[in-house]
Amino acid sequence: MDIHTLTLAEAGKQLKQKKITSRQLTQAVLQRLKSVEPQIQAFLSIAEKTAFTQADEADRRIAEGGDISPLTGIPIAIKDNICTADAATTCASRILENFHPPYDATVIAKLRRAGVVFIGKTNMDEFAMGSSTENSGYKITRNPWDRERIPGGSSGGSAAAVAADAAIAALGSDTGGSVRAPASYCGVVGLKPTYGRVSRYGLVAYGSSLDQIGPLTKDVKDSAIMLNALAGHDPQDSTSANVPVPDYTSACGKDIKGLRIGIPKEYFAEGIDPEVEQLVKNAIRQMESLGALPIEISLPHTEYAIPCYYICAMAEASSNLARYGGAHYGYRAKNAGNILEMYSKTRAEGFGTEVKRRIMLGTYVLSAGYYDAWYLKAIKARTLIKRDFELAWEKTDIIAAPVVPAPAFKIGEKSADPLTMYLSDIYTISLNLAGMCGISIPCGFSKKGLPVGLQLIANIFKEETLFTAAYAYEQSAGFFNRKPPL
Amino acid sequence: MEFEPVIGMEAHAELATKTKVFCGCSTAFGAAPNTQVCPVCLGLPGALPVLNKTAFEYVIRTAIALNCTITEKTVFDRKNYYYPDLPKNYQISQNYACIGYNGWIEINVNGEKKQVGMDNVHLEEDAGKNLHPETGGAESLVDLNRAGIALMEIVSRPDMHSADDALAYMETLKNLLQYLEVSDCKMQEGRLRFEVNISMRRKGEQKLGARAEIKNLNSMRTALKCIEYEIKRQTDILSNGGKLNQETRLWDEASFCTRAMRSKEQAQDYRYFPDPDLVEVHIMPEWQEKIRRQIPELKDAKLARFIADYGLPEYDADILTSSKPLATYFEQCQKFHNNPKSISNWIMTELLRELKCREMEPDDCPVTPRHLACMIKMIDEKTISGKIGKQVFSEMLTTGKMPDVIVMESGMSQILDEKEISAIVEKIISENQDTVESIRAGRDKAMAFLVGQIMRATRGKANPQLVNQILKDKISIK
Repeated sequence: MDIHTLTLAEAGKQLKQKKITSRQLTQAVLQRLKSVEPQIQAFLSIAEKTAFTQADEADRRIAEGGDISPLTGIPIAIKDNICTADAATTCASRILENFHPPYDATVIAKLRRAGVVFIGKTNMDEFAMGSSTENSGYKITRNPWDRERIPGGSSGGSAAAVAADAAIAALGSDTGGSVRAPASYCGVVGLKPTYGRVSRYGLVAYGSSLDQIGPLTKDVKDSAIMLNALAGHDPQDSTSANVPVPDYTSACGKDIKGLRIGIPKEYFAEGIDPEVEQLVKNAIRQMESLGALPIEISLPHTEYAIPCYYICAMAEASSNLARYGGAHYGYRAKNAGNILEMYSKTRAEGFGTEVKRRIMLGTYVLSAGYYDAWYLKAIKARTLIKRDFELAWEKTDIIAAPVVPAPAFKIGEKSADPLTMYLSDIYTISLNLAGMCGISIPCGFSKKGLPVGLQLIANIFKEETLFTAAYAYEQSAGFFNRKPPL
Repeated sequence: MEFEPVIGMEAHAELATKTKVFCGCSTAFGAAPNTQVCPVCLGLPGALPVLNKTAFEYVIRTAIALNCTITEKTVFDRKNYYYPDLPKNYQISQNYACIGYNGWIEINVNGEKKQVGMDNVHLEEDAGKNLHPETGGAESLVDLNRAGIALMEIVSRPDMHSADDALAYMETLKNLLQYLEVSDCKMQEGRLRFEVNISMRRKGEQKLGARAEIKNLNSMRTALKCIEYEIKRQTDILSNGGKLNQETRLWDEASFCTRAMRSKEQAQDYRYFPDPDLVEVHIMPEWQEKIRRQIPELKDAKLARFIADYGLPEYDADILTSSKPLATYFEQCQKFHNNPKSISNWIMTELLRELKCREMEPDDCPVTPRHLACMIKMIDEKTISGKIGKQVFSEMLTTGKMPDVIVMESGMSQILDEKEISAIVEKIISENQDTVESIRAGRDKAMAFLVGQIMRATRGKANPQLVNQILKDKISIK
């Protein structure tokens, strides 16, 4: 039995029924991980020893029959920008090589309490800056569906690992699409919760006002199970919302008759690959056949989303990443003659090209004389983009859109032109700017056999609506039964 | 040509909160380096700040007391600059929406009342301390115990025009902060620090000259010296037809002068922007009102109460309430022993003299209110004389021992036994017959000489009233 292919819900059920043990499941997943890792390169570190300790502990808990959660004994992979007290957290950057945080992120603490088995930390674009995972300081992760292609980014390692059955589920982080885009490219489900729904404490900051941790899973129900465990107010994160957490799994299975689906015309304009457009439109038609009501809507400020995002995110990043200067932890350049040289050499040697580019742009837009012209303008544009969504919610319950303009591109294809790379974020970044929640679910394959995702977007704290719609579509479409050729 | 100085001040006061402003670490002074730290104040990746409500309320309290307009929607901003004592390489501060704006404080400069305007009052986090080895080694050390302690910055308008103005301002502000119970203001521990902005202009002109901003002033005395030095330096340059540039200068304690640190052109661009890790704080009128009601008794009210409740002369009450810690010291003494005037006398003479020469705050004095009250009680009960009291006081100051212990150990207790005193009086009379004769002849002043002899013979322990009485009796009987 290939138990590593089980979904989280199935594996949880079999563990609870004592058909399998967590040790068996962990063994199977780690075995799969080791056999596919040479091809996909999804992991930065593998925690075999501690994983088995945690698996045995989970088995003991299950045997005692007491306090068991749907995640007890489940092997999960963690994006390497989420702090773990028992494993290095590098953000795929040389500047944090071998950095061991002395504390767990809030989400890790929650999962630990739930009895999760942590199998390893996944590759990503350095400090989550990128859309292809090519910006990792360590390795290039490959798309399990076509190893010549990128898995998307920045949570590329997590998406590839789940797609390849090298983890039952994974955590990623989404600042401008970093969970949803790789989910789309790799054919898995990726959720970006409402800003404030999941604690950011212990998530290494990139763009603090945009960052949100989200799960990558094999199907929609697994995503709901994960959110149940992750969501909730955290007194250690001032931006986390004190809003009650419903049982998200109970949203899966409700019918979508009469659900209004907004189709933003700006998201189907020029630049979209015809195959992607067709598959997304097919998915909407499928939902219509289930009783949903498609209506055309407009998000008129969409064209400002990319410049607005890159100004906000880079401004915040330039300050968030200032702490990596070699003074207290992480990499420190050798042979610096004075303190200024220590800072500049450390950062010159420790950061990759894309990170440096973003720090410089962010520093520029915050500089005296440019703050009003760039940063403040972007903040105003952000308000307008948010307003677009707020107006849309008067007409619709959910928005359907593509996740990315085209299926996975080839490794190296866009590396020379950062702007083209930035443009691939066009459909995902608006909702980070607006704080809304969104999910990417597989909606078919291109002629080349590459997965394509459908994006559903809902108002703040309306994750239940997302799960209801996504689950209904997924169950009737059934694409999730296809596996990559590994 | 006559020039007048224009002086503004920035005060930084560490707030008296038990924990730091954005995390739960202790703020206790003097702990071993880097023992009061956590992921937040160490600036570790992923850690996030959470605002200390008490610190925030202390700043509102101060802003109210400084007659400021309170901002309804305040935000925190990041001030970006690189320095090893600042682990995140940005300081969480306030720039775009401070807690208070446009206030004023009244100061008394040699009897003349003046108003100094307040530009703003805001909350920020303190930095750690860099320790450079005195041996001049290549490595410096960083202690982050102080990093993240709540720091209130109070920025005055350039409304002061002399070193006296500045001194009165510093003293009045320190006094107010202590009365508000928002900071203990211990300058020797760096809990209150001043920076001076100073420029010169021709008398009668409105336009401000190029200002020097002077850092590294660790006491009021230093600030005063620095202002006097700068007035002279800038006046000399201007009088000789020179030009001044806007610059930051550093006070050099060793050579008693200021040195240029960086010019306006080299000034740092702090790239302030709202900190996305913290949320807007709305200061609603009801909250303001609640804080206003929590303002403790201030000097004027306390002074009136000291006169009414303790029957103290206004002169005494004014001195005792000149600082909050002193007033507290007095009231604590009073709790142990009820004799307001005597306590007041001892505080105004012995205690204040010692505190001043030791540059010490009353609550750091080894002679605690309990020590002093206990000693005064011994005087009142005639266990010791007032004169012996002074010896006991200085003994308490050096040893910290309780007065009864000191008196017992050194046998200082008063001789009240009339027979014992009589014997000594007789001995002195017999040894000084000439003096006795002259007293009998009408030279009353010679009595003092005999009393002195008797006190010396008893090492000051004989009760002076009894000595006088017995001496008079013996001389007239004979």
